[in-house]
Amino acid sequence: MSEDIKVDLELDLKGLLCPMPMVKVSQKIGDVPVGGVIRAVATDPGSMADIPAWAKSTGNEVLSAGKEGDEYVFLVKRAK
Amino acid sequence: MSEMNDMGQDEPKKVAIAVMSGDMDKLFGAFIIATGAAAMGMQVTMFFTFWGLRAIKKNVRTGKTPFGRMLGAMYGGDITKANPSKFSFGGMGRWMFGKMMGAHNITKLVELRDLAIDLGVELYGCQMSMDVMEIPQGAFVEGVKEPVGVGFFLMKAQEADIELFI
Repeated sequence: MSEDIKVDLELDLKGLLCPMPMVKVSQKIGDVPVGGVIRAVATDPGSMADIPAWAKSTGNEVLSAGKEGDEYVFLVKRAK
Repeated sequence: MSEMNDMGQDEPKKVAIAVMSGDMDKLFGAFIIATGAAAMGMQVTMFFTFWGLRAIKKNVRTGKTPFGRMLGAMYGGDITKANPSKFSFGGMGRWMFGKMMGAHNITKLVELRDLAIDLGVELYGCQMSMDVMEIPQGAFVEGVKEPVGVGFFLMKAQEADIELFI
């Protein structure tokens, strides 16, 4: 589902625990243009709840969030 | 909440946290909530009082009177000296939790505090408890705002969407 989406920034969140995955995404979202996409890879299971909650609060969009092996992969689109 | 964004086009949500505890575990809670809220685009105010004051202190000696100096010696240092509220064991607990948290790659408490300042969280010392404990503004780390009183905190709490006492 995510094969045809252009990724503007890869973000390695592996090994980070709460609240750092969400904090790092918030710090990097401004580095992509409006409409741009961050692909973030985390290992913290809590990020599956936190990153969508962050997106909802900040008005950004999670295009996809899924588990791939031991990793959690997010495609986050900067909406505004 | 969904109408809000990072760029502040809408009025950001506000969080006010009163931090009375100097316990390591409670300070973790306070700073994780504060940094998380800041990351979510919220405006965060933290008000440090009594045992909480050490969390924003540099590792310097404080106290003018004999009692003040004794307090400064017995409850001195900085945030890295915070002991857990349970299983303290005279410092052993802090060491043990530090080891366990390090093994799980948890961000250190001092790093979370500094991150909070970097993210624009506003930190205030309570003037009255600073006076009682003889801790001057100059003993605080860079970025801590000038001391305030309960009126200021209550104003912030009244404006806040989320208010916490830790």
